[in-house]
Amino acid sequence: MNTTLVEANFVDERPPGLFRQALKLRRTQVGVVLSTLLITVALIGPFIAPFGSTEYVDMPNTLDVPGTLLGTDYFGQDVLSRFLFGGRTILILAVIATSIGITLGTTLGLTAAYLRGRYDEIIMRALDVVLSFPQVLLSLVVISMFGPSNVLIICTVGLSTTPRIARIIRGSAIGVVERDFISAAEAIGETRKRVVFSEVLPNVTSALLVEMNLRLTYSVGLIASLAFLGFTPEPNAANWGLMIQENRVALTEQPWGVILPTMALALMTIGTGLIGDGLSRVSAGIDRGGKGE
Amino acid sequence: MACRECLQVLIGVEKVNSGLRIINLRLNVAATGNDIVDEVNLTIEKGRVLGLVGESGSGKTTVGLAVLSHARRGVEIAHGEIYCAGTEVLGLDADAKRRIRGELVSYVPQDPASSLNPALRIGVQLMEVLEVHDFGGSSEARKARIKEMMAEVLLPTDDQYLERYPHQLSGGQQQRVGLAMAFACRPSVIVLDEPTTGLDVSTQEHVLKTIRQLTRDHGVAALYITHDLAVVADLADDVAVMYAGRVVEQGEVAEIFGNPAHPYTRHLVAAAPDIAGKKQIVGLSGRAPSPGKRPTGCSFAPRCELAADECREAFPPNVRISDAHSAACIKIGKRGETATQTSPSIQSVSQGDVIIEVRNVSAGYSGTTVVHDVSLTLRKGECLALVGESGSGKTTVSRAIGGLHREWTGSILLNGVPLRSAARQRSVEDRLGIQYVFQNPYGSLNPRRTVGDSIARPLLIAGISKSASRSQVLDVLDKVNLPNSYANKFPDQLSGGERQRVAIARALVSNPQVLVCDEVTSALDVLVQAAIVDLLGNLRKDLGLSMLFVTHNLPLVRSIADHVAVMSEGRIVEVGPSESVIGDPQQQYTRNLITATPSIERSLL
Repeated sequence: MNTTLVEANFVDERPPGLFRQALKLRRTQVGVVLSTLLITVALIGPFIAPFGSTEYVDMPNTLDVPGTLLGTDYFGQDVLSRFLFGGRTILILAVIATSIGITLGTTLGLTAAYLRGRYDEIIMRALDVVLSFPQVLLSLVVISMFGPSNVLIICTVGLSTTPRIARIIRGSAIGVVERDFISAAEAIGETRKRVVFSEVLPNVTSALLVEMNLRLTYSVGLIASLAFLGFTPEPNAANWGLMIQENRVALTEQPWGVILPTMALALMTIGTGLIGDGLSRVSAGIDRGGKGE
Repeated sequence: MACRECLQVLIGVEKVNSGLRIINLRLNVAATGNDIVDEVNLTIEKGRVLGLVGESGSGKTTVGLAVLSHARRGVEIAHGEIYCAGTEVLGLDADAKRRIRGELVSYVPQDPASSLNPALRIGVQLMEVLEVHDFGGSSEARKARIKEMMAEVLLPTDDQYLERYPHQLSGGQQQRVGLAMAFACRPSVIVLDEPTTGLDVSTQEHVLKTIRQLTRDHGVAALYITHDLAVVADLADDVAVMYAGRVVEQGEVAEIFGNPAHPYTRHLVAAAPDIAGKKQIVGLSGRAPSPGKRPTGCSFAPRCELAADECREAFPPNVRISDAHSAACIKIGKRGETATQTSPSIQSVSQGDVIIEVRNVSAGYSGTTVVHDVSLTLRKGECLALVGESGSGKTTVSRAIGGLHREWTGSILLNGVPLRSAARQRSVEDRLGIQYVFQNPYGSLNPRRTVGDSIARPLLIAGISKSASRSQVLDVLDKVNLPNSYANKFPDQLSGGERQRVAIARALVSNPQVLVCDEVTSALDVLVQAAIVDLLGNLRKDLGLSMLFVTHNLPLVRSIADHVAVMSEGRIVEVGPSESVIGDPQQQYTRNLITATPSIERSLL
């Protein structure tokens, strides 16, 4: 019997993680630059803004106001300061809402895929009911019924995101639960919870990462749209969505009040979208499983 | 004299013109320029079958596809010439290439289930081939040709049969339709890429017979790609052995198997189990170097017991051994010790206590019973092989024993105590007492977990601390002959054989009494299979393990098991010591199974 193993020098290098692989793509690099830029603006903007978010500066809709860079808006507030203040709420709400959606959706999707049968039917059909309402419409109905509050916005956006994530996760998990290492885990008596979260979940992270990115993009858009339609807890708080709504009538007099928030929202969604696209491109090639040929 | 030479040259050209000739073929990885195959020279005369054998990754299929002037994505044909019936195919333009495929040279893929379009009736698919190549001229002539082809591959010729969809046919019938499509336009050359790998032995026998018949009758040169030496011995006229992208030995079947010259070929033959002879199969560790990592000299040198310095300097030249036999090795005729070991691996038939008893077990899936009233006994230290064709219910029985299949009635006793049906309901001792090793090592390890963590899981569940489990993990890695460093590797860094060793280590770590091995070698190459069988044999001896070895591979049974139970259609047909069951089968079913199994020794007689 020959016990010496000579293949050590032939062992392939382990490929780097999904995100690192995606970073090699130009689109992901552009996406990361754009998102980082906009997130930075949104997060540190309030600290560098020259005026307060609701401070009266000068005559409304004036471009050349001394001391301001881009003039005043419909209410006589500094456009640049409003812009610098306006991203934070949207971003924070979107991140929290998406996290809720991801957590719930992943748990439900994995459970449905693992248990199959009756439980699968119950979970997925219940989620289909939620899915059958368009996301904007659902949010509008709920918020107009109970009045806009941050908690409500987070909950509706998070819950309406859940079924979409659950479907994707269930789809990728169904292939994983059929594989032998799941049977192997069951055979040694792993608890159901452990099988789902420590055997199945790590094998659907690629899909999860892509979906997380996509849903974050959508949530930003949705929350901004809600603000545009006037559904914000404080009627005069700085908010990119609201800014577009407030200043659109004076577009010819003071274009910056619309251009700045629109550009910001567009670039942020394009940025996160590009990252998601890069991730999904790379994940199509990773997780080969099967025969390692 | 001059005239005779002229004549010989003419005959030579004539021969080449009508068959397949590959000259100095090289294919590269397009991105890096590393060679996948290189210096391949093969000649197949019309009416003859050449078996191209080698491990997975040796470049067999790459050569096969190149004959159709095709390279997979990311692969490029670097240089070489391929003549199919006198036409050089590599230099053709895209349109001409498309025309010759199916007409001059055709291809039969490995998996008939995925190569036939499931949405089209088989008659339509056959017609398509003929129409694309404008064969026969009229629709009536084509219909007649389809019927003729169906008759030649021994399938019904009526219209009703032609209206069936692929899923309405069995695997063997699907592969026959694949053959009919390949032969439809009367090609001169045919490439068969493991066409019988997924088929049962009796179906395989029929398909092989059909292939032999068709190639002889129509004077087709056939390139038969396979890793199964016994099939080659049974079917082919000539053999070419590939290793790491090069042909290391070629010649007539009797020469290659009777007098293998290259050390690699000798290892292959020594590792192949044979139904006709009881022999210990000998494995070889290591794996073939992948493109870009091949050494300058002989690629086999790192694994070769005869390797000398000169082997590592340059690739050895082709040495002629006889008219019909050559090998690329400078040490021809010298033998290492490995190939001469023939001592039987099973010394004694043990008579220990009954450890597992299966009593009148019937099992099924959602109401349909697939296993009927099966009873088995497994004694301590014994290896019982459960043999049968696909669908015989052997895996269902083994899964029921392992607690992975719940839908069964009857009783399964471990040391005289009945077991609950599902693993989760069983006690920790029962669960860890019976360990299951899965067929596919690519699916049985969690790709996101290190080898060490995978092996340690059963221990952690049994309540052993992390630090204590660590030493046990290293201990068990040692038992399966893997270095300690492997504990920190991920499954995708390992070869198939190494993964299967890890899976065995995971099963062994909880000190089980019984190991259930479900086709554990069927996804592995023959050299790796031999090494795993060797490992299992040693573990059984050293640890006093009892083993249930489920397999469809009858020749392997002789090399591993003391007892064998033959299953067919959910019932046990025959049980007994493996020597007597295989040497002198009492049941017709077993007898048919044994005759249908191809054998190197029998073919050479």
